[in-house]
This record gives sequence, C-alpha cells and structure tokens, in this order.
Amino acid sequence: MRSSDFGFRVGVGAFAAALLLIVVAIAVSLANDSSLSIQKFGFAFWGTSNWDPVAGEFGALPFIWGTLYSSVLALLIAAPVALGIAVFISELCPNVLRGPLIFLTELLAAIPSIVYGLWGIFVLVPAVRAIETAMPDALRALPLFSGPPLGVGMFAAALILAVMVVPFTSAIAREVLRTVPPSQREAAYALGATRFEAIRAAMFYARTGIVGAVMLGFGRALGETMAVTMVIGNNPQVSLSLFAPQYTMAAVLANEFTEAADALYLSALIEIGLVLFVITLVVNVLSRGLIWAMARQSSPRPATLVPRGSEA
Amino acid sequence: MTGTRTATPRKVLSALFVAGCALCVGLALVPLGFVLFFVVSQGVQSLNVDFFTHNPRPVGEPGGGMANAIVGTLILTGLAAAMAVPIGILSGVYLSEYRGSRFASAVRFAADTLNGVPSIVIGVFAYAVVVLPLRHFSTLAGGFALGIMMIPIITRTTEELLLLVPNALREGALALGATRARAVFTVIVPAALPGIITGVVLALARIAGETAPLLFTSFNNRFFSASLSQPISSITVQVFTYAISPYEDWHRQAWAGALVLVTIVLVCSMAARLAAARVASMRGR
Amino acid sequence: MNPPLVKVRPVRDPLPAAQAETLKIDVEHLSFFYGDKRALEDISIKIQPNVVTAFIGPSGCGKSTFIRTLNRMNDIIPGARVEGRVCIDGEDIYRAGVDVVAVRRKVGMVFQKSNPFPKSIFENVAYGLRINNLTSNRSELAGRVEESLHQAALWDEVKDRLHESALALSGGQQQRLCIARALAVKPDILLMDEPASALDPIATQRIEELIYHLKVKFTIVIVTHNMQQAARVSDFTAFFWLGRLVEYERTDKMFTAPSEKLTEDYLTGRFG
Repeated sequence: MRSSDFGFRVGVGAFAAALLLIVVAIAVSLANDSSLSIQKFGFAFWGTSNWDPVAGEFGALPFIWGTLYSSVLALLIAAPVALGIAVFISELCPNVLRGPLIFLTELLAAIPSIVYGLWGIFVLVPAVRAIETAMPDALRALPLFSGPPLGVGMFAAALILAVMVVPFTSAIAREVLRTVPPSQREAAYALGATRFEAIRAAMFYARTGIVGAVMLGFGRALGETMAVTMVIGNNPQVSLSLFAPQYTMAAVLANEFTEAADALYLSALIEIGLVLFVITLVVNVLSRGLIWAMARQSSPRPATLVPRGSEA
Repeated sequence: MTGTRTATPRKVLSALFVAGCALCVGLALVPLGFVLFFVVSQGVQSLNVDFFTHNPRPVGEPGGGMANAIVGTLILTGLAAAMAVPIGILSGVYLSEYRGSRFASAVRFAADTLNGVPSIVIGVFAYAVVVLPLRHFSTLAGGFALGIMMIPIITRTTEELLLLVPNALREGALALGATRARAVFTVIVPAALPGIITGVVLALARIAGETAPLLFTSFNNRFFSASLSQPISSITVQVFTYAISPYEDWHRQAWAGALVLVTIVLVCSMAARLAAARVASMRGR
Repeated sequence: MNPPLVKVRPVRDPLPAAQAETLKIDVEHLSFFYGDKRALEDISIKIQPNVVTAFIGPSGCGKSTFIRTLNRMNDIIPGARVEGRVCIDGEDIYRAGVDVVAVRRKVGMVFQKSNPFPKSIFENVAYGLRINNLTSNRSELAGRVEESLHQAALWDEVKDRLHESALALSGGQQQRLCIARALAVKPDILLMDEPASALDPIATQRIEELIYHLKVKFTIVIVTHNMQQAARVSDFTAFFWLGRLVEYERTDKMFTAPSEKLTEDYLTGRFG
C-alpha cells in the first residue's frame, strides 16, 4: 500500500513538475537568447528611441512607451465600465437578467483577438478616422490630439484594448464583490444608507480586491497582440498624441520576428520578449497578492475569552 | 415620517449611480453587438462550399477557400490537446490530492503565472525550443506553443472540479481497500469527468482562436500539409494574412474565417454551459 | 413529543387602554410573505416608549423576520411582501411614499454578529452621521461620536485609540461599537437581533447592563433565544411560534404565570 501510494505521488507529481519546468524553461530560454543583445546594448537599449534594425540601430523605448501608454489608457476607460458592470450584475440587476448578462460578458471575453482586430481594421479605424477629422482645430493644436487623422493609432488601440479587457476585469471584480459579507451592506442600510451608499460601503470593504482585479486587467492589456497590432499603426515613435501611430512590445514581436535576419536582431527582439514577460509576471503576481490579501480580511477573527475587569 | 427627511441630492445620486451601472452594461454590449453583427453580415456572404473545400488561390486571383487552414487548425489543436490534456489533468490531480504541500503551492503559482504569460511570448519560447533546432517552421512547434497555453487552463479547472467531489467518495473507496491511485482514477476522476471534459472543450475553443503564438512557429502554408515538420496553415493566421493584405477578395474571406472562428467559440461555450447545467441538476444542486 | 396546534385567539393586550395614545410601535394585523411562503401571520402588538420588549420563541418562529419588518430591513430581500400596518409614532411606515431611509434612521438596528466597517473606531461611529449629514463641522462630529461611545459604555476603553482599526477590538467591544454606531444617529427605537448570542458570558453581561441603562432614552426591542436573558433584561415579553404571536405579557407575569399552555410548555422546556 505504502509504496504504491508513493509511486502514485511521484508519477503524478512528475507531470505537475513538468508544468513548473515549463515556466522555468521559458524564463531561462528568454534570458539566454537575449543575452547577446543585453551584453551589446545594456540599458541604452531601453533609453533610445531610434529603431532601425537595417541600419543596426536598436532603440526600444517606443515599444515600452507604446505598451504602457496604450494599456494605461485602456484601463482608464475599461476600469470604471468593468466595475459598473460588476456592481450591476452582482447587486442591482433583476434575478432573471443575471444569467443572460453573465453569458454575454463571457461571450465578449471569448471572442478571439484576431476577430477584434479584423473588426478593428474595417470598422473601428474608419470610425476613429471620422472622429479625428471632425475634431475642431483648436483641440488639434494640443499635443494630445496632434497629427494627421489616419484612424490607426494610439486611440484606436486603447479603445479596442478597453473592449477586450472589460469582460475579464468585471468577472474578477464580481467574484471579489461576492466575498463581501452581506452584513456589511446590512449595517449600512440599517443606518439609513441609500442604495448607492450601501454599495459604496461594500466596495470600500473590497477595495484591495478591486484594485487587484483592475491590475489583472492591466496585465492582460500589456500582453495583447493581434488586435493591437492591427490598429495601432506599427510606427516605432514615442508620442503623446492619441492620433499618432505607435508600436507595442507585443506588436513588434508579431511583425518583425520572421524578418529578423541576423542573430543580433533576433536577440534584440527576444530581449523585448523577456522584458514583456517580466513586466506581466510582476503585475500578475502583485494583483493576485492583493486579491488574496482581501480574501484573508473577510475571514472572521476568533472570539476570545478575557478575564473580568479588562476588555470584554 | 415627520421631522428629518432624507435630502434629495442623496437620492438623486443613488438613482444616478444605478443608472450609471446600467449604462456600463450597455456600453459593453454595444461593441459585442457591433462585432457580431459585422462578422455575421460580412462573413456569411463569403461562406460557400468553395470556402470549405478549396485551398487559397495565388495572390491576386479571386476565389479559393480556407480548406487547408481549417484542417490545419484541427491538426494543431489536436496536437496541443495531446500534449496538454495528460499534463493538465494529472497536474490537477496532484494539486487536489496534495493540496497543502509546498511543491503543490509552487506548481499552482506556476500554473497561474503561465496563464498570465502573453501568448506572443510563448510563441517566442516555442521558436527557441522547437523551430531553431529543427531549422524551420513546423506544425510541431505550433502545436507545442498552443499546448503550453492549454496546460494551465486544464490544470486549474481539473483541480477545482476534483475538489468539488465529496470527500465521502474518496473515503468510501479507500475504506474498501483501494490504493490511492485506484481511488483517484476509478472513483474521483470519473465523478468529475463531465466537468473536466467541459473544461478541455473550453480550453480547445480558446486556443483555436489564438494567432500570436502561431505566427512564427507553425507559420503558414498555402497547401495542405500533414507533416509534423513542415509549416501548416491555420484559420487564425490566414485571417490575419488576408486582413492586412490589399485585396478585396481576401478581405471577404477573412470575414468568413472570422465567422467560422466565432461560431466555434459560440458553439463550444453554449455546449459547455449546457453540460454544466445538466451536471448541476443531476447532482441536485 | 408533538408540539400542539395553536388555536388562533386574540392576544391579550397587557397595556391599559389609557396609554394607547402614547404608543411608540403599533403593529396591526401584520403578515409577511417570502414570495408565496407566509412567514408571519396576523401579528398585532403594541409597544410603549422607553421599555424593553423581548421577543422569544424557538428557532425559525419568525421573531427575527418580525423585528426586521419594524425598520423595513426586509425590503432588501427580493420577493418580500407585507400586509397590515406598522405604525411608529402613529404613522404607518409601509404607507406608499414613505421615506425608507428616514425610517431606518429613526429605528436603529444591532445585528447578531457584530459587523463593524473595516475603518477606524471613530469612522465607524461617524458613518451614520456623515451619510445623513447630521453634523455641520468637525468638532460637532467628534462630540457626537464621543457621546455615542459613552452611551454604549465603550468610551473609556477606546478613547486613546479612536483612529485604530475597529477590527482590532474584541468581539464584545465590537458589538458595543456597533451599538454606539447605531446610537449616533439618535434613533428613537433600537432593535437588537440576538445581540449577545455570539459573545462570551462576561461580554453578554455588559451588553445586558447597557440595555438596562439605555431604556431611559430609547425604546428597545430585543430578539433572544435565551429565555433567562429575556427574563433578566425585559419589561415585556412576546412569545412567537411558527410565525404567530402566541402571547404578549409583562415579563414578570409571563415567566411566573403564562396564560397559554404553549407558552408554558416552551418556558418549561417541553419543546424548543
């Protein structure tokens, strides 16, 4: 009995170990294959913004700029919408609507990135172009809105990222809100709170988890490839303008990986992949930590028996 | 109630908040409706028998289809499943049987991490591990990349489902003299099997729609291919190639391909939901 | 032993008729439904101001449901329906157009398990004052918070750590904090749903002492499954069984010479 149980543990454990091994292998492989580029360029790689591999220039600043800018913009749009949906589905909506709404948000999450990208190219970009053209000249003078109205660019990318991130973030936020004890809301109502005030009390209780949910959405946005590369314009420049075509780390990998003719080019691209890997890893670990910390807060404190005369 | 009355601004604020949340739901449903509308209306026009039976025509020539791409997607997902299902399910078994151990926590952490790795990075990894040694793009590399993406999904769903199996079943089997291995594989896993299969189907639907990890692993192929060491076409990569091309005819075929993808996703999602509902009702929950 | 069926007989009103005008709570023929299921049947009860009334009865007899109809807390349960009248200070709180938020400010509630917000002690007590805009400046707010903590007999224990987290207090202190929080909005009536059931005997005793002192200013209704507690703490007791009010009497009379056999059986422990 003993040895067969041990055999079972080792046998099944080997498969579990394979999972662990894969993650480690990814990290090692990325680090290894980017070492050429890291050694050659050092930190200047991420400080220069001229990306011209044909001429041997490898400035990767535009990619990290584009990734962060597009993801932050997307989160600014998506976070309130996702929270609104989460609150509506978990607190406000009539029971009969709940199932269908959850199904629809899951459907939104399940649509492949390439399909969003296709829709992005042929529907969203022309619409954004129309908006950009209709923008009054006074606003156009601002750096935020400068540049020719191409349609493709940061704005379209942020919009499509927001659409893709909303269902994911709202699903997690919904789970987080479910762990808030009903007694918190009841306490608020009993003190004369309106609906909004009682929900606000519940959201305050869940604030760590909600931040975690938003951060997880941010992590998703950082790594999104296809939809972004099809609408962002793929131009390696650092620009504040929403209209300017820009580039992200994931997009440059998608577009240029097969073109990388020499070892240095390839190594530079893999270094971009390594940094993307590390950033998403850090964001995901932090956000899961926040959600876990909130789950711990919900567990009740044990009652303690204290002698008379002191606290009771 | 005489005396104090609730100030109207508070009530207005509360009503506005409720309306705002409903608006958010609407805001999310609008793009969903938009996307589905365009995919269906544009895609249905180009869906014909040719689409499913012919390979792509040379550049510029109208007509042709995505037959090879459809087969390619099937082969790639099959490969991925062959790799991911054993590893995923058995890892899930380990995580549920040995919950508390430090190794299990590490594996769980790894699974969650792997879930969050961008798919393009996994493509880079598959490139380094399979494409470079073999010196060319291959079906194997694509299947490998997709398989890696499937593993954490299957692992976590399997773990959660196995934990739902009542402890009484495990104890009953052990009390009858079964070894742990026997108890797990003949009693516990079968009890959770419907859910596990649902999880696998959902994971398959998800990776069937992946493009980024295939861009430089399985690459693309204008013809049919069944060889593991050659590049292979796939619906997603083909749609991408067509979408960014300048040819109208290819654009239409891209919409048709997108429609096929969305249909696969919809059918699998609904099937999974129905199956889950049936299992729940059978258990009397 | 099979509990006997209840004969529906009008409950004898323990209050003399002359005091009818000064009733604090006057419930007339209240029935309560969860969807189709009837949870409370035809309850009528009159409660004077500044007394402690205890609701007793076995689990599931409707006493918690009934107490929650007194401040319309059942409104938040979907499918809840009320028939009959609940008059507080002469006004039916279930009349159309009534401001529920104002009702809940006038009728405060303390729950079985203490549920402080994850904020500081000060902020917990100040919550009701803030959302209802009951104070106009910081010092008035601080004064009201201090007053409420005094009333809840908690001030001396927390006066030096008002800005520490409420969750760091012991169970009994948290419950007294919840009482202070409820008292801060100056309700007339305080509903307490098994306030000490989650506490140890010493903490329970302090809560019971507190109730005795509070009734000078407030009308208190307390639900308890502990008959001895009802006997210790209350002036009037109402016995509920299967959603009906069986007997309503002065506490000393009910516990020594109950009118209904059912009450007597319950009090002597024949069923429970």
